Amino acid sequence: MTPQLQVSSDSLLTLGGHTFASRLIVGTGKYESYEIMQEALDASGAEVVTVAVRRERLLDDNGRSLFDFIDTDRYTILPNTAGCFTADDAVRVARLGREILQQMANPGQDWVKLEVLGDPQTLLPDPMGTLEACQTLVGDGFRVLCYSTDDPVMAVRLRDAGATSVMPAGSPIGSGRGIANPAAITILLEMLKDPARGGEPDYPVIVDAGVGAPSDVTTAMELGADGVLLNTGIAHARDPVQMARAMKAACEAGYLGFRAGRIPKRMYATASSPWAGLISPIPGE
Amino acid sequence: MRITVNGESIGLEDRYTVLDLIERYHLADQPCAVEINRQLVPKAHHREHRLTEGDEVEIVTLVGGG
Repeated sequence: MTPQLQVSSDSLLTLGGHTFASRLIVGTGKYESYEIMQEALDASGAEVVTVAVRRERLLDDNGRSLFDFIDTDRYTILPNTAGCFTADDAVRVARLGREILQQMANPGQDWVKLEVLGDPQTLLPDPMGTLEACQTLVGDGFRVLCYSTDDPVMAVRLRDAGATSVMPAGSPIGSGRGIANPAAITILLEMLKDPARGGEPDYPVIVDAGVGAPSDVTTAMELGADGVLLNTGIAHARDPVQMARAMKAACEAGYLGFRAGRIPKRMYATASSPWAGLISPIPGE
Repeated sequence: MRITVNGESIGLEDRYTVLDLIERYHLADQPCAVEINRQLVPKAHHREHRLTEGDEVEIVTLVGGG
């Protein structure tokens, strides 16, 4: 069973009006230090990095800022609404993030990674809240990148609501369980990208969350995803910088593999060397 | 008057503006955004927007996240 998706001729990722050579989007959370984060971001080759909106620590004015370690001329900042459990709160946070990025004149000011969570333990998205917030934010001029489950019908609903990209979770955030249901991701990709099913080959789908190993990134890309977003898989690796390098290579490998078109899986072997000209007998013949 | 800033109650003299509040916390040059009573107050309005008794203010910034 292989995806029969049309392969775009363009090797660049076009996402919400932005164009990127790298198909890896990385988070900036959970690093042991800003210095390691900075080095890992560089090693990942990512051009887009996610950030969160949080209260200022009003009494700690000698603390170092994230942006002392992120070159905003180099990276497009993608603010998220992580931690929001209602559509209203996600909309508030998206607007606050946009306000800050406008002050910084970063190209990321027009977009948001929308997360509306339904449960604090699994961090699974709330589909109803996500759809409601997506509609509001699209109406407010945002390009919305929607964190979602891997439910193909939900993905179609989000696209129809105007989402710039649907970003299905491979598995729960930070779980490191990889692509838990490759068949769901495959069907989701077909429904969003196959013209015969009302899809658009260039509609961007980013697999977001759950990546633990480089092979998870490769799997997502081999399935036909346009990119992968991850954070913990790099930030909590024993050597985050080395892992960032591995994730970059994995993303490129998976992307090239998808474009090259894998062979179908078969039950039985097919010999790579010719039967003809053998000097020894073949059993049973 | 008393207002709440990031969950903490503080006392302020009257005629205090959002810009005054931002400067009080040394954030005038920092990337931050302000919300009052759940409504965003754009930076362009900080200078003239006066705080009023009971306002609930959020001052936020960007931090590491995924």
